[in-house]
Amino acid sequence: MFRFIARRLLQIIPVLWFIITATFFMIRFVPGGPFTAEKAVTPEIMRNLEAHYGLNKPLYQQYFDYMGNLLLHGDLGPSFKYASRTVNEIIADKLPVSIELGALSLGMALFFGLILGIIAAVKRNSIFDYLASSVAMIGICVPTFVLGPLLVLFFAIHLGWFNASGWYSNIDRILPSATLGMVYAAYVARLTRGGMLEVLNQDYIRTARAKGASEFRVIFRHALRGGILPVISFLGPAIAGILTGSFVIETIFQIPGLGREFVNSAFNRDYTLVLGTVILYATLIVFLNLIVDVVQVWLNPKLKFE
Amino acid sequence: MAASLSPTKMPVANLTPDQLENGSSLWRDAWHRLAKNQLAVFGGVTLILLTIACLVGPLISSYSYEDQNLNLGASGPSLSHWLGTDTLGRDLLVRLLVGGRISIGVGLCATFVALSIGVAYGAIAGFFGGKIDALMMRIVDIMYALPFTIFVILLMVFFGRNIVLLFVAIGAVEWLTMARIVRGQILSIKKMEFIEAAHSLGLGKRRIIFRHMIPNVLGPIIVYTTLTIPAVMLLEAFLSFLGLGVQPPLSSWGVLIKDGAEKMEEFWWLLVFPGSIFSLTLFSLNFLGDGLRDALDVRSSKD
Repeated sequence: MFRFIARRLLQIIPVLWFIITATFFMIRFVPGGPFTAEKAVTPEIMRNLEAHYGLNKPLYQQYFDYMGNLLLHGDLGPSFKYASRTVNEIIADKLPVSIELGALSLGMALFFGLILGIIAAVKRNSIFDYLASSVAMIGICVPTFVLGPLLVLFFAIHLGWFNASGWYSNIDRILPSATLGMVYAAYVARLTRGGMLEVLNQDYIRTARAKGASEFRVIFRHALRGGILPVISFLGPAIAGILTGSFVIETIFQIPGLGREFVNSAFNRDYTLVLGTVILYATLIVFLNLIVDVVQVWLNPKLKFE
Repeated sequence: MAASLSPTKMPVANLTPDQLENGSSLWRDAWHRLAKNQLAVFGGVTLILLTIACLVGPLISSYSYEDQNLNLGASGPSLSHWLGTDTLGRDLLVRLLVGGRISIGVGLCATFVALSIGVAYGAIAGFFGGKIDALMMRIVDIMYALPFTIFVILLMVFFGRNIVLLFVAIGAVEWLTMARIVRGQILSIKKMEFIEAAHSLGLGKRRIIFRHMIPNVLGPIIVYTTLTIPAVMLLEAFLSFLGLGVQPPLSSWGVLIKDGAEKMEEFWWLLVFPGSIFSLTLFSLNFLGDGLRDALDVRSSKD
């Protein structure tokens, strides 16, 4: 297991290097700089601005400076748009909000998805099964950017139970994370149902029943461990999807998180902030995928760390 | 029911001599199985109707998608405007149909890009095997873990929001699964006699891959193409919703949903109708794809 993790970590280095380098050069070769939006800047001021941020140096020099600061100090540089703020500060400010939203959504997805999936598998072809598959179908076919506004329309504007947007009290967390979690709850339910059905027919489940284990114990102690495996391998893509899905959710509900900041920074051509956010997201996704892989092998003795 | 169990029991009298000679092909069997799947048939019919409506509807409607009627403004569904009008008094139904042309068009074009890359990549990896295969599939594994949506967003922001770049960028992201599926299928037919025969006839590698192998793995390719289209349309709408996809004066379903979401407090129909049409399309494509998968019995690709 140690060797498996070590080898995967070694693979991560070139991947992250490639992402950073590709993004760095991609955004430098783009027409229009970060200061073109500011109106009526004299060439002199422009030169001073560029000198201040080191943009007048040769490109390779800028690249090495950036990588040096990043590797030695973990410093992502100053923001071009928000004068006097660094990218690190902005991320430290906005990331917790996005993480809270992501964690809540994933939690909802797993909670409702597992419950629906287990019920659907245990009570196969019953009304619960059809109900679960209908809910799963809606989750898969109605995208978040349709579901979100619809939920706001009904629960916030029509019924007045929630605020339509904002991120102030705990009740403001419910609609955004339900919207984002719904799609993944649907997939989780479908995968859980499939996984459980496969496991429930196996001999060791019959053995467990024959030994007189209660139905509850059979399902949650014996079957779930195997039935949940497809869900675990789906967690990697789900986490990546929830991270990128938060761009739209944070826009719809006006949540001050990093996702909205990323989209804005891309519009503003705030080079350093875009780069910093991409690096952060890539690192998060790559490491979370590694964790998911480790958990997967740890839960399923048939797989080996290779 | 009996016919589905064994196709040979079909009443012989109904068959022309031509059909008797051909017997029941894989494709005809698959077609019968598909026709029994109600959800898949529903999906297929809906898609055909939607496509025809999008192509023909704007031509025969008395409104054009940019005709403004500022005196009318936003009005709810009525007899003269079936789905109502937007804030500029434009007919929503016509705008939906015209937007559908763009959404479906982008969906098809981007899927074609993904299909071309994925099939060629997977076929080459599977055909050569060994180290080349290991390296190529390792690259796919690594790319699976990357935050590609973020890259598409960056591409769209930085290189202008033009529609060609849009479907190239989306296609370049969505080919990975296709490559995996095709590779698996190629591996499984690689050692079969007809391929050996092609080798012994002295045919070139390119000819064997593209003329002998790929036609024999068409089933899974068709299934995955059908399932890629909704994924692609979803990504297009996602980008358009963020303001990064299709730009005015063109509109797509994503753009209409975005506009509707901004004005839904007063004018619910601007959100509800585009949202429903888009969801209905995704629903149809997904079920048609699932139905095709069952009909063609593509075991290796079930999730």
